[in-house]
Amino acid sequence: MITQAPPETLRLVVDLNRCQSYGQCVYAAPAVFRFHGEESLEYDYAPDAGARREVARAAAACPVQAITLSGATEPSPLSSGRDQ
Amino acid sequence: MTAAGAPGPAGAGRIVVVGASLAGLRAAEALRDEGFTGELSLIGDEPHEPYDRPPLSKAVLSGRLTTDRITLPRVRNIDARWLLGTAATGLDIPGRQVVLADGRRVDFDRLLIATGTRARPWPAAAGGGLAGVHTLRGRDDADRLRAALATGPRRVLVIGGGFTGGEVASGCRELGLEVTVVQRGAAPLASALGGVLGRAAADWHRAAGVDLRLNTTVRALDGDAHGRLRRARLSDGTVVDAEVAVVATGAPANTEWLTGSGLAADHRGVACDSSCRALGTDGATVEGVFVAGDIARWPHPLFPGQLLRLDHWDNAVAQARTAAHNMAHARLDHRVHQPLPAFWSNQFGVNLKSVGLPHLADQVAVTQGALDERRFVAAYGLRGRLVAAVAVDSPRVLDGYAALIEARAPFPPVLNAPDGPAQLQPVDAEFTRPTGYAPDGAHDHDTRTPAAAVSTPMAHP
Amino acid sequence: MTTTLPDTATDLFAHALRYENRADPYPYYTRMLRQPVTCMDDGTWLVSGHREISQLLHDPRISADRLNPDAPKPAARSLLVLDPPRHDQLRRLVTQEFIPRIMGMRDHLDTLVARLLDAHRSDRPGQWDVVADLAYPLPVTVICELLGVPREDEAVFGSLARRLTRGLDPIDTQTEDELRELQQAREELVQYLEGLIARRRAAPGDDLLSGLMFGTDPAGGMGPVDLRVTLGLLLIAGHETTVNLIANGTLALLRHPDALARLRTDPDLATPLVEEVLRYDPPVQMSGRSTLADIDIAGTTIPRGARVRLMLAAGNRDPRRFPDPDRFVPDRPDNTHLGFGGGLHYCIGATLARAEAQIALTALARRLESPRLLADPPPYRENAILRGPEQLPVSFERLGPGERTA
Repeated sequence: MITQAPPETLRLVVDLNRCQSYGQCVYAAPAVFRFHGEESLEYDYAPDAGARREVARAAAACPVQAITLSGATEPSPLSSGRDQ
Repeated sequence: MTAAGAPGPAGAGRIVVVGASLAGLRAAEALRDEGFTGELSLIGDEPHEPYDRPPLSKAVLSGRLTTDRITLPRVRNIDARWLLGTAATGLDIPGRQVVLADGRRVDFDRLLIATGTRARPWPAAAGGGLAGVHTLRGRDDADRLRAALATGPRRVLVIGGGFTGGEVASGCRELGLEVTVVQRGAAPLASALGGVLGRAAADWHRAAGVDLRLNTTVRALDGDAHGRLRRARLSDGTVVDAEVAVVATGAPANTEWLTGSGLAADHRGVACDSSCRALGTDGATVEGVFVAGDIARWPHPLFPGQLLRLDHWDNAVAQARTAAHNMAHARLDHRVHQPLPAFWSNQFGVNLKSVGLPHLADQVAVTQGALDERRFVAAYGLRGRLVAAVAVDSPRVLDGYAALIEARAPFPPVLNAPDGPAQLQPVDAEFTRPTGYAPDGAHDHDTRTPAAAVSTPMAHP
Repeated sequence: MTTTLPDTATDLFAHALRYENRADPYPYYTRMLRQPVTCMDDGTWLVSGHREISQLLHDPRISADRLNPDAPKPAARSLLVLDPPRHDQLRRLVTQEFIPRIMGMRDHLDTLVARLLDAHRSDRPGQWDVVADLAYPLPVTVICELLGVPREDEAVFGSLARRLTRGLDPIDTQTEDELRELQQAREELVQYLEGLIARRRAAPGDDLLSGLMFGTDPAGGMGPVDLRVTLGLLLIAGHETTVNLIANGTLALLRHPDALARLRTDPDLATPLVEEVLRYDPPVQMSGRSTLADIDIAGTTIPRGARVRLMLAAGNRDPRRFPDPDRFVPDRPDNTHLGFGGGLHYCIGATLARAEAQIALTALARRLESPRLLADPPPYRENAILRGPEQLPVSFERLGPGERTA
């Protein structure tokens, strides 16, 4: 009963300054996060919606809470058409 | 400075954010978090939703990620008017208006300037207009470069051995392309990180098969009859055949639209105070005008005597938040922007992270690990104080150094780290500082290298 | 808690360790937080602040060696007390073999949990012990499967693990008899592990032990001493930590019926909820370190060569880091708890422990109808560092059939 309605698309960003390459996100959501080299994290900013649960696990597991998920429900700035 | 329309209470009125990238987006969100309920507009020159730039020179370049998958998450609703694909071309401070390229004018009570930087282009007179000559700053740049690399050029020329240059060279090698890097200094990354790290980075380049030309510059790029890049003539008299060139020689600030506005703005950025309030050419703060992100130059309490400009991801986020807070609150509740500078780079399979300001240092010492194992930490000192640390494939110890820097610990630090040398051996930091160095950003600093005066030493109480 | 709390760090620490306070040491931790870094009478430093613990977990001047960092090292030392570069080499070997084996294990965990609950399925009111019937057997089964420990050895090993865990507690809280018994247990463990290793060497499988032994790392497999020590560490960690995470989580749910009700209808809540259990009532309460240089911190200086106790469970209740720290908030945002430690020694098994707890707690919430604690507080185990209930007797109206959710 998370009160916020989930946004249409799943989006995320990792603060790679904060990230210390603990790898918890890679282990929780290997389809979204991966190491390129031993300590260099790479990830997909816009994974398929089907990965939502895994991404939530990855974000919660991050020891330094470096993963930010989309929380907006309003339409994308490009689709809004307001004042365009 | 008098406002035509007096700003109302801090929570209401009209706020315009110019620059719809990382800093602009996060500032807009933070403004709503801070209780701003008035009209909010975001102006961006690119026709894209805000996206993240770091992957452009890494996963995107190497083809592991496409540019449609780097859109930044919007963390909350902001109920804003978005004006995307429209550059701001002028600012009328007395009239409280931003002028757009299409002639429209946007009214504001308070303004946030977050127009960032751009890649310095190669001079047209030296071949900058040839097909095959690229810069890499935006999504569209990355798509064009990707397309060029996909044609299988026999060699890619990277001009500039800074962070972006190294990342591009690394990505091209991953694609199996031959690469030549031309670097003005004695080593890659040397202007940002000095000699010890520079030589280590040179080893990474060479081990990956990069043809690295040090202490060398590109005189001119030559094309064929169809205007396509064919070769580069270097300062040492040699010629490099290349069909693609990537120019990575630094990032001037996007301040042209502020010309004549009365703000203290030039190619280095826009000067502001530690509360992110813009300064006028007379040095006084300008009412209701704030600055954040790569474009801001401000006095950092930890590094006094200079204005810092940081092309750093987390500075954009943190400064956006500080600016937003201060825009939404009265002067008495303003916060000071004083994060410990930090940035990272991934290249040639290693993760490099930095805290503090390495380029200030006069000495450097390896404190943990071993250079040849590509897993080490180097500490940077200025006049007996620790000012920075760089960790290569050692991301989990850096917080310890950050605390030491903030505590103004001595250099060389007494660590006795179990994976450190028995005795630290500080050596010259080897930052080349031209005599009469002026903090004008005109040297080939790359993004992530702070453009700041280094002639003023750190003052310590 | 109506008793007056002592004021000195020495007394606070002693009280927090006392068995009579095992069920609720938190008031003592909260009092400790008044002075985030302080020296006890025996010269050991007590660090309770979140910021200070975090700094020391990442500090290059810190050694994981609990004792005198200048003293000669015994030959057999586990990852827990090793420093880089040796620690990093060994840890990489373990990670390479361990992590791939636990990724993608959720379905299997789901099956194991369902089986454990099915054994007690009942349409009538009944009771069971969450520790003995779920929290203990789940992680033990998993770690034994992973390592390739024969099921018939489980009883022998389980009792060894229990006896050895007590040895992790501060030495001055243990009696002569306990220390003798501990030595005995250590010798039995060595014997058992060496037998296990010898059998596997003769007949390798695709289990973690065989992987560690023969290794895919370019640096080769582990030497016999490292192998034995690492095996012992993984087995004990597998036996004595996740059990407390699941039990502490169950306890928190039963004491917060609103959270239990939410979890029943929203299995996704398990994800942040388990992080909150790791903050609110962590299975590992504290960790030890020693200093390699003088460390200025929180207005004081920990001298070189000092022993340091990092009070993880206290840092988790630091009001300077967590708003309303004594409240159990199942979906607490920005939860940078210290439940798995941090820095170089961050728990290798964290991913597995999380998955086990998420799945076990979700299944409990869904299948137990009207569960009630039969003893509050429940009886606790002796151990102060790896702290958790000895038993967690729970009554229910019905223990329903499972439906797969994971």
